[in-house]
Amino acid sequence: MLIYTLKRLGLAVIVMITVSLISFMLLRVSGDPAISLAGEGASNEEIEFVRVQYGFDRPLIIQYYEWAGRALHGDLGNSPYLNQPVAQMIRERMGVTVILGVSALSFAMILSIPLGILAAIRPNTWIDRIALSISVMGQAMPSFWFGLILIIFFGVHLRWLPISGSDSWQHFVMPTIALGYYATPAIMRLVRSGMIEVLASDHIRTARAKGLRWPRILFKHTLRNAIIPVVAVAAVQLGFMLGGSIVIESIFALNGLGNLAWVSISRSDLPVVQAIVLFLSITYIILTFLADLLNAFLDPRIRSS
Amino acid sequence: MSALLEVKHLNVDLNLPAGMLHAVRDVSFSVQKGKTLSLVGESGCGKSMIALAIMGLLPPSGICHAEKIAFEGDDLLKMDEKKLSTFRGARMAMIFQEPMTSLDPCYTIGNQLVEALTEHKKVSAKEAKERAVFLLEKVGITGSSSRLKQYPHQLSGGLRQRIMIAMGLMCGPSLIIADEPTTALDVTIQAQIMELLSSIQQEFNMGMILITHDLGVVSRVADDVVIMYCGQVVETGNINEIFNNPIHPYTRGLMECIPVPGKTKPGEKLGSIPGIVPTPIGDLWGCSFRNRCSLAKQECATRGLELTKISDKRSFRCVIPPVETTE
Amino acid sequence: MTPAETQQQFDSGLGLEVVFPTPGQIMRQRMLTHKGFIIGGLMVLIIFLVAIFAPYIAGHDPYHQDLSIRMIPPVWSEAGSWEHPLGTDSMGRDYLARLAYGARISLFIGFSCMAIAAVIGISLGLIAGYFGGVADMIVSFIITVRLALPAVLVAIAVVALIGGSIQVVVMVLGCLIWDRFAVILRATTQQIRAMDYVQAAQAAGCSVIWLMAREIMPNLFNSIVIVATLEIGRAILLEAALSFLGMGVQPPTPSWGLMISEGKDMMLFDPYLVTIPGVALFFLVLGMNLFGDGLRDVTSPEGRS
Repeated sequence: MLIYTLKRLGLAVIVMITVSLISFMLLRVSGDPAISLAGEGASNEEIEFVRVQYGFDRPLIIQYYEWAGRALHGDLGNSPYLNQPVAQMIRERMGVTVILGVSALSFAMILSIPLGILAAIRPNTWIDRIALSISVMGQAMPSFWFGLILIIFFGVHLRWLPISGSDSWQHFVMPTIALGYYATPAIMRLVRSGMIEVLASDHIRTARAKGLRWPRILFKHTLRNAIIPVVAVAAVQLGFMLGGSIVIESIFALNGLGNLAWVSISRSDLPVVQAIVLFLSITYIILTFLADLLNAFLDPRIRSS
Repeated sequence: MSALLEVKHLNVDLNLPAGMLHAVRDVSFSVQKGKTLSLVGESGCGKSMIALAIMGLLPPSGICHAEKIAFEGDDLLKMDEKKLSTFRGARMAMIFQEPMTSLDPCYTIGNQLVEALTEHKKVSAKEAKERAVFLLEKVGITGSSSRLKQYPHQLSGGLRQRIMIAMGLMCGPSLIIADEPTTALDVTIQAQIMELLSSIQQEFNMGMILITHDLGVVSRVADDVVIMYCGQVVETGNINEIFNNPIHPYTRGLMECIPVPGKTKPGEKLGSIPGIVPTPIGDLWGCSFRNRCSLAKQECATRGLELTKISDKRSFRCVIPPVETTE
Repeated sequence: MTPAETQQQFDSGLGLEVVFPTPGQIMRQRMLTHKGFIIGGLMVLIIFLVAIFAPYIAGHDPYHQDLSIRMIPPVWSEAGSWEHPLGTDSMGRDYLARLAYGARISLFIGFSCMAIAAVIGISLGLIAGYFGGVADMIVSFIITVRLALPAVLVAIAVVALIGGSIQVVVMVLGCLIWDRFAVILRATTQQIRAMDYVQAAQAAGCSVIWLMAREIMPNLFNSIVIVATLEIGRAILLEAALSFLGMGVQPPTPSWGLMISEGKDMMLFDPYLVTIPGVALFFLVLGMNLFGDGLRDVTSPEGRS
């Protein structure tokens, strides 16, 4: 178990480094940061001045090394537009994004797991068809459009929920649904197919032959086995939600990281964008690492390998 | 002596896309306490379906009709699933062919053994554990108390099958159904497991149904034999009658396929039965064996071919009267 | 009775004449009865036809602005007319025309992105699945890094720096969404590689390329097509999200996502500007997903239940 954890941790660290390298290079390379920083209509001398001042004239790898070194100390640079430390900006806004992401994932799981179980127990009946319809429709609907429709319907026509801002929990209801709905199909199908597969397996036959009753067979023996791949998918989906919240945050005027990223991209505020990409990637890597650990806890076979 | 298990005119059909498969056709037999009945036949002859029908574990596409399936006097057919599940595991236990996949990989051996007992009887965890340890020793597993904490994937196939046997015994059932218990194991382990089953059966005075295609295994363990072909009973009798005086051409063919120490001469060719088993779908009549039988006549295709009963336990299904063999 | 008749009478009643359908027949029969497959296929076909016959369906030029006829509601409203069945937008452009031409954009982007993603993902997956060992480790690492990057964010950032257009969107998205191809192809190739007939061919001395082409690729075809249909839907939704944020196709191109973004400001009073393109997106992606799922059910040996 210890070896497994260490291996996973080592892999996570290497991936983190690679991701930070890639995002750094990508953003430096796809445009001249000096030009964007100097602003439109800047003369060549002004651009050169900016370039030297920020160190853009040095080899890329040195720039990365310095940036990474500072990042490890929590210094993610300053935003040239707001003249604020980027780390502080992120800290202020990450709460909203994290709340949104976690609630969206919880919504998706609360909706999809029971549905998946029910659909698996009664395949090809009306409940199965409803579950599959929800799943198929959820995968086809653009989440931003769904958000807009929710606003029109619940915010304006029915006036049940506020349509922008992040002051109270009601503000998070519609964004949560709009963001979480997209993950529901993937999880529900996995639960459904996993349950169906496990229910047909030999050890369930043994459980029935032992005379165990259905609730125990379902929850103790079937769900435990079927949920194993769901953990990995849930972690991945949470990562996507944290990264993909950019659209939802913009629609619902939520002041989170996605919104910050969006605004920073619009005004070419490179340090902020880099920092956010780094932050989201690291969060994803940590989440998948935790999911791996959870997997090992659920499945004894992984612990021994 | 009243029978432990009595099966009368059991039919099992499977509703398949290709048609209605008649997996089990008009099968009757009875099992006595302390005795072993063996259901013998090739793969696909319906013998596993019989076991599943008795336990009430048929797949959803399976349809079961019988005049009676009586276990210790209670008619299992008339029970609902809830009542039937109190019998399963507690009074009749079943052991399956694939020990590698028959245990839940996520829980310890101890957990699964204890669960088999606590589901049916109100005992404390401690008592259940003691019973598990006791039975593990009975099935020949050493170091039982540490074994309880192990997971299935840490154990070999032979060990897992022993654990399956111990699990079946947790509640002290009176009937054990063993469906090809040794087929998936190495040859050397096969003999050990069969001996174990046999000795346990005798020690606890249980009735056993042994389902197998391996005549060698049957010859050592069975008291009574039911030979099956294509879903039907073709011959029944006790072990001596079947091996020394087989009547039905199929049984005779089977006997010629196995080497018999003392009788088969070195270099002598073993027999084989040409042809393949037909798939019993749709309208069926006459003897199912006739397209492979060297003695087949036109009469064999007549409808309504019944079992000819010589005595209570001895019967055969053939139009040709039995020929006394010279040995 | 002739000897033949006698023999036939002898052989009947045994179940010998049972003929099991061939896999091809099973598949064909399933295709004709699988509702999702047929409905999905029809939906996609409809959009294809709309895209191909756009000039005939539209009746107006989608780029032609006429501020004197702006904001006419669709024909089912009081102020609507059959002259502009779906109304006009804020620049007086006919909405039906924009919708029909938008179908071309969505389909083009969907298929192109999928094609690029397929080339990258299939190559990686094949290499990892066939060669195993170090190659597999490297490819798996690449996939993990790709999954850790917040795709939407990176896409937006790159487009912001390079500038948005159809070509840029296709390239960027294509280079980002190949992960599912890689993962599935890797798993399938591993499965096939381990099959006895491939090992036999290898033992007989067949070259790697020959093996890949003759033995492995034909069996991958199913998986490739299924993943392709799902990825087209994903690409279409991503492009819509990018265009919605202004980081995709640029105005005045009639991308459905862009139409939603342009209509967003007036959606509280004239929701048709937002609902109509959204329904079109939903319709197309739903059709693609139903078709892809149907294809999976129809070609799998076990079927769904």
